[in-house]
Amino acid sequence: MDDLISEFLTETNESLEELDLDLVNLEQNPNDADLIGKIFRLVHTIKGTCGFLGLPRLEKVAHHGENVLGRFRSKDLEVTPEYVTLIFECIDCIKMLVADLGETGSEPEGDDSALIEKLDAVYEGRDGGEAAGGAGDSSSAAAAPEEKKAEAPTEGGGNITQEELDALEAAFQAAEGPAEFSVQEPAPSPVSEPEPVKAEEPAAAEKDGEAAAKSAEKSVSTQSLRVNVDVLENLMTMVSELVLTRNQLIQIQRQQADADFSAPLQRLNQVVSELQDGVMKTRMQPIGNAWSKLPRIIRDLSIELGKKIELEMIGQDTELDRQVLDLIKDPLTHMVRNSGDHGIEVPEARKAAGKPETGKITLKAYHEGGHIIIEIIDDGKGLSSEKIKAKVLENGLATQEELDDMSENQLHKYIFHAGLSTAEKVTSVSGRGVGMDVVRTNIEKIGGSIDLKSVEGSGSTFTIKIPLTLAIVSALIVESSRERFAIPQLSVRELVMASEHGENRIETIKGAPVLRLRDRLLPLISLSDLLKLQAVQETDTAPEPKEEDEDEVAADNDAPEKAREQKKDKVQESSRHQYIVVTQVGASDFGIIVDKVYDTEEIVVKPVAQILRGIELFSGNTILGDGSVIMILDPNGIAKNIGQIDAADQAEAAVQEDSFHARRGRKTSLLLFAAGNKTPKAVPLSLVARLENIELSQIERSGGQMMVQYREQLMPLTPFDSSIQIGETGEKPVLVFSDKGRSMGLIVDEIIDIKEEYMEVQHDGGQSGLLGSAIIDGKATDIVDVGYYLQSSNKNWFKQHGDDPYGHATNGKANGHSKKRVLLVDDSPFFRNMLTPLLSVAGYDVISLESPHEALDMCDKGAEFDVIISDIEMPDMDGFEFAQKVKEDTSWKSVPMLALTSHATQQDIDRGMSVGFSNYIAKFDRDTLLNTLSKTLAEQQQNSAPSAKTGDAA
Amino acid sequence: MNAAVDTLDHKNIDSLHEGLQSKEFLTIIIAGQRFGIPILQVQDVLGEQRVTTVPLAPREVAGSLNLRGRIVTAIDVRRRLGIDPRSKTQKPDMGVVVEHEHELYSLIIDEVGDVLKLSDENFETTPATLDPLWREISSGIYRLDEELLIILDVPKFVSTVHS
Repeated sequence: MDDLISEFLTETNESLEELDLDLVNLEQNPNDADLIGKIFRLVHTIKGTCGFLGLPRLEKVAHHGENVLGRFRSKDLEVTPEYVTLIFECIDCIKMLVADLGETGSEPEGDDSALIEKLDAVYEGRDGGEAAGGAGDSSSAAAAPEEKKAEAPTEGGGNITQEELDALEAAFQAAEGPAEFSVQEPAPSPVSEPEPVKAEEPAAAEKDGEAAAKSAEKSVSTQSLRVNVDVLENLMTMVSELVLTRNQLIQIQRQQADADFSAPLQRLNQVVSELQDGVMKTRMQPIGNAWSKLPRIIRDLSIELGKKIELEMIGQDTELDRQVLDLIKDPLTHMVRNSGDHGIEVPEARKAAGKPETGKITLKAYHEGGHIIIEIIDDGKGLSSEKIKAKVLENGLATQEELDDMSENQLHKYIFHAGLSTAEKVTSVSGRGVGMDVVRTNIEKIGGSIDLKSVEGSGSTFTIKIPLTLAIVSALIVESSRERFAIPQLSVRELVMASEHGENRIETIKGAPVLRLRDRLLPLISLSDLLKLQAVQETDTAPEPKEEDEDEVAADNDAPEKAREQKKDKVQESSRHQYIVVTQVGASDFGIIVDKVYDTEEIVVKPVAQILRGIELFSGNTILGDGSVIMILDPNGIAKNIGQIDAADQAEAAVQEDSFHARRGRKTSLLLFAAGNKTPKAVPLSLVARLENIELSQIERSGGQMMVQYREQLMPLTPFDSSIQIGETGEKPVLVFSDKGRSMGLIVDEIIDIKEEYMEVQHDGGQSGLLGSAIIDGKATDIVDVGYYLQSSNKNWFKQHGDDPYGHATNGKANGHSKKRVLLVDDSPFFRNMLTPLLSVAGYDVISLESPHEALDMCDKGAEFDVIISDIEMPDMDGFEFAQKVKEDTSWKSVPMLALTSHATQQDIDRGMSVGFSNYIAKFDRDTLLNTLSKTLAEQQQNSAPSAKTGDAA
Repeated sequence: MNAAVDTLDHKNIDSLHEGLQSKEFLTIIIAGQRFGIPILQVQDVLGEQRVTTVPLAPREVAGSLNLRGRIVTAIDVRRRLGIDPRSKTQKPDMGVVVEHEHELYSLIIDEVGDVLKLSDENFETTPATLDPLWREISSGIYRLDEELLIILDVPKFVSTVHS
């Protein structure tokens, strides 16, 4: 609380100085409404803050002064020099009280009733100087003084509450505003010592030693001053540079071993370290600042919800960087609210459960290994696994089977997912299911993590781990392909050294490296692959700089002899050992394979340049002790890159990628496999639901169709090449395709790889089952027409979509046209993926979109197409509506539209035609599709250019 | 750089007499072609520096370097302009540091030339026939006695590195 008082003093002194000036101005410009408003606010703020801090005398004076100012403001009292003098008197009184407060830490005793009476007289219009008593008739006002006096304190206490809060709010905001920064020096005066000052305890100040108080001539206000954050930032940068220079000096000294230098250098070293600490400290604030609003929130909450809640706060003075503090304030508030709302039960329920009626929420903050740990503990009802399960199923976040395999802990983590709230009803406080997800995101944004433990019936504990400061993080320096990178220590769980013959060996599954780590399989990713470093290394033929780096880094780690050793062993070592940085992001673990691990270093994170910001694998860059620039890896970005986190989100982001040019040039992930002849085959990975190894002995046959029991269903199987005999035993890889609940398996010989390529299907293969071929990974590869196999395995596959069975005729060609732009709108990714290559092969330039909304967006952006193919059954906006919109009034209104659907009833066709479709095609009749396309385009050409020759419809 | 300033072209005196507006440019040389950068936009001229490569960066980005505690992104001007890299035997590269939106960029070039004070009367807009890659980053051309000086539009040059 003393911090609050000293802050109050600093602020009030500033305000008072301003007030003096403003009042003088007011005297000269009595009608300046803005000025009156400003003075009123200043006094109001002082009053409000005093009320909060328990300074009744000060509050009273300010309150009565404010009353008079209120009349000025509402223009029913004219500003006269006499009145201004009175206000000055009031301000002087406040000044006197504040000065006393600053010296002794408590309000002086005394009586201000004379001043208050004068102020009241003016306020009530009894002073005689004011003839037109606007505020009330003078007779009642005259009768009132006694009453008024008696009332004043209660009235003050009662109606001020709200104002008080506002004022407090204002005070807090002013204190923590971005442009200001208050430096609190450790005050040597006893002012920082005493208990929260209360007027009832004047003894407190005396107890703390009057003599000391008197000797501390300076008041608190002069001991802390406001410094612009920019100034501090600047200082910080200078200190960082100083540190770098010092490091360089130390290095030089090490090499020269010149004794003359070493002593002063030692001192410089020490001073610089202290300076660094000192500057860092100016950024630190006690976490209590972020908590100060919580007691009130809890109080209001308990009244609103009829609960009894006690809030305990431990470790308020734990300090952390101001920037971090600002960022965690809201998440913390949210979580405490949540605990009060969802966690703590109503008194009756608590009684029934054998718990004390009053629930308890404990906030704890403490340091642990360079991080701050904040715990929010409640003894409420805990999380209900059943409810979470139900919600998870309802939202389709996981299947029942997946849920059954989960531990309680894993299950509980679902509360951090978007759209999941287990609260039965939405209250004004929480239950909307947006909260915890936002909390998690915010905390992860600053490099923190959040975890929870909950026991149903006895409460929950949330643990937040955040870095002390964002500016400086502890990072592990690693090397891969001769480049060094920093990985924030916070997400590093452990380091594993892997070698060919050792205990930890990297194994591969179809080229994907994994590591067995304590009975668990850890997916691995090689940093050099991830960053495509190999290529860089090939072009960079100069290994010298690297040697230098190594020397320097090693020297920096105070171990020059180690460097020599390292160098000696380097050649053998690098071929034998690899290091795995086990990294944790959210709930997922993965290992990053690096060539070498150096020490950890405290690094100053600097944002990367604008033009590099698109690379999501880096969270920033920094300058190391040796002066070299190094990139900081972002574990979140890496996790995203390898698809561990929110794969769905990522896919969504990709779909929403707004440039349609990018769309055309986007790489397609292809699954390469071998089957039949020697040419590798490829299929878009997005079409493949799963890869399975199927035991051949389990294959059953029914009516010439191979089937296998798969996930409690019968799945039809088709060999890729029917001429090849499939054995009776052994295992075969199977590509599983599924759509809308149906699956089929394609038996192949071997899965080769997954590659990302620009899929440019070069020419029509002509062979049934193939769309054409493309160069993938430097080899001619057949692109497989999945549709063909789907059809041959199950004639019913497309029943929903097309009445006509899939035809086998050769592909229609549209070679007569220069690349025509086709827009394909279909909500099913399956069909988009299927039709896009088909149309590309036929010579069209295809853009495929998931929804009509996206299409209309593109239309607004001015994209142009020659023809639009649209699905009819789509959620949200169906094809009819889409066509109507397009034809109504867009730049596309003359673009022909083709409907693609299974609704081939006459009624539908009529409806389609009436809204603007020029033709109707059954969904999987691709010959008709291609024919119609070229016909439509030909007609279009003819219409738009009547002089041109008749089109070359196929 | 100071040496360069001394060699101010005598021409500028003439232009002063004529009372025309004139501007100063630092000239740089890339593959024999002279370019000009408005002198006020130049923060620093660097010799060869140790550059950290940035994986996955646009190909024009040569890497990052440390300039007195600030991180500077190096852009390879040759690559940006679609010119083949220099052979290793030639003189080391130089860098011209410019600021764009509060960030520092070092333009890696072959050589730094003189500072020229040029009169507006010799200024021409970029010819439409210029290579689009070059036209994009040029704000105009000065006719010098011997050759043509293409003026680099620094903000454009930097902001169009996003591939």
